Amino acid sequence: MSDAQTSGVDERVKQQSSLRKALIRPELGGICGTVIVFILFFLFAGDSGMFNSQGVMNWSVVSAQFMIIAVGACLLMIAGEFDLSVGSMIGFSGMMIAIFGVTLGWPIWLAIIVTFLMAMAIGWVNGMIVVRTGLPSFIVTLAFLFILRGFTIFLPQVIERKTIIGGIKDAAEGDWLGVVFGGKILKGFFQWLGDNGVIATFERGTRAGEPVVDGIPMLIVWAIVLVILGHVLLTRTKFGNWIFAAGGDAEAARNSGVPVNRVKISMFMFSAFCATVFATCQVMEFGSAGADRGLLKEFEAIIAVVIGGALLTGGYGSVVGAALGALIFGVVQQGLFFAGVESSLFRVFLGVILLGAVILNTYIRRIITGER
Amino acid sequence: MAEPIIRMTNIEKHFGSVIALAGVSVDVFAGECHCLLGDNGAGKSTFIKTMSGVHQPTKGEIYFEGEPMNFGDPRDAISAGIATVHQHLAMIPLMSVSRNFFMGNEPEKKVGPFKFFDHEYANTVTMDAMKKMGINLRGPDQAVGTLSGGERQTVAISRAVHFGAKVLILDEPTSALGVRQTSNVLATIDKVRKQGIGVVFITHNVRHAMAVGDRFTVLNRGKTLGTALKGEIQHEELQDLMAGGQELATLEGSLGGTV
Repeated sequence: MSDAQTSGVDERVKQQSSLRKALIRPELGGICGTVIVFILFFLFAGDSGMFNSQGVMNWSVVSAQFMIIAVGACLLMIAGEFDLSVGSMIGFSGMMIAIFGVTLGWPIWLAIIVTFLMAMAIGWVNGMIVVRTGLPSFIVTLAFLFILRGFTIFLPQVIERKTIIGGIKDAAEGDWLGVVFGGKILKGFFQWLGDNGVIATFERGTRAGEPVVDGIPMLIVWAIVLVILGHVLLTRTKFGNWIFAAGGDAEAARNSGVPVNRVKISMFMFSAFCATVFATCQVMEFGSAGADRGLLKEFEAIIAVVIGGALLTGGYGSVVGAALGALIFGVVQQGLFFAGVESSLFRVFLGVILLGAVILNTYIRRIITGER
Repeated sequence: MAEPIIRMTNIEKHFGSVIALAGVSVDVFAGECHCLLGDNGAGKSTFIKTMSGVHQPTKGEIYFEGEPMNFGDPRDAISAGIATVHQHLAMIPLMSVSRNFFMGNEPEKKVGPFKFFDHEYANTVTMDAMKKMGINLRGPDQAVGTLSGGERQTVAISRAVHFGAKVLILDEPTSALGVRQTSNVLATIDKVRKQGIGVVFITHNVRHAMAVGDRFTVLNRGKTLGTALKGEIQHEELQDLMAGGQELATLEGSLGGTV
């Protein structure tokens, strides 16, 4: 052994600056992006109502929607796979709840539970096909993107002769599980805020005196709970280590006794679960299910995850980062509307930020793995 | 010496019509470094795969600590205490050293009804184990990707040792390394041997074998050409045995004895 190694410091390892150290945290891009986006909109849309109670609720709900599917996509991507069927799964799950709950007249709680089981079974099939055949998940889930969307359009047309099934609000009235997805919490607190003039209240009409924003929708609660659960699972548990390992190098993980197939399949199921949470909240809010719901959501989820610092090749990423990616997404999409910018420019923004994020991630990956 | 940890006698392994091993006998004692030498295609890989439970022998017996053993799959061998460090390491470059160290064997601590990855324990153990082997990490969260090839070998070896290996099989650990890194790995092998672990060191580099080996077994065309003790055999003899003698002798003449 050389002197350098026995004396405790290797002279060949340069001291890393703390900036460089911070750079290799996967959330960094997300944190910077969030700060920049908020500063920009404060400056350009600060007086447009974007930051009053309705405005905040508006972009929070949109961000929360992105977050729910981003958590599933994030864990799956870290495990080394993609799920392109997320958007179709959203449409399909919503439609199944409507068919079970309205057309067949089942109680909503039963419709929701059966739909969740179906969705997770489809996620399991996705995972099994990927793991057993060794095909890229990109292709397998692309097939399911079309299969599920096809059924989502076909079934309501055959059963109800239309592509939108309504009447879910009435069916879900007073249902204990419906409230878990469609209800609101902290209503008393918001009433109190309204009474004290902190937030806006209705000035006339039947709801005069009630706050315009009367509670936090369960959608946001689900988003926060899923982000926390996903983060703890990934960073603080044995299973989280397996997720990183499965995506980092499946063969090496197998040699070390990690049940790679089980990990990947359960992540496909989790992705389907998240899509169904999204769908259920949406169906409860709108009171109807449409055949075109969830279009392109799979790409939006993947973009949020990539903005959050995850590598497309797997093995690296962060749930908190993905959540910030989703927040950026929601704030910008709604913020452009508040700022009065043509909304089609949102897509331009999306493309640019995606490209930037991927380039940054590749650079970060080079730092971590020490490639030159 | 007493009973060998593992004794394999007259092992034969056939793959269809191909006879990969045609009667190989090797035994490994605690605290020795047994070098297994052979040229490409001599059957080294097949043999160690048989020892580590990947292949089941067509004929022959395996005794582990005196008891006849039949490893059904690698897990049996691992739980008995036979660890293999592969040429292609079971290491993930993007993950930290401590996460890699405990991959598949994660320590857990209970908080209420939930079980969490015990990072504190994992980090301390990893830093200690690395220090013992003479590697100073920047921190336990340093990614394996930033380590050199030799350091990665050392992480893999100390991981196997930490998880109670009695026999450590090293499959060509020095074949892709530079001079300095090679000597680090050889020093690691020496440290492991002194802890009473039996090391099986597979290589086709006689120089590396002579540096740390206690005994040498040469494989050629699926057969053992005998086992020699350190000091009983010369560098050139080993080289000749590996290559099957004849051709290399003439080759060596033309190369001026440099091989």
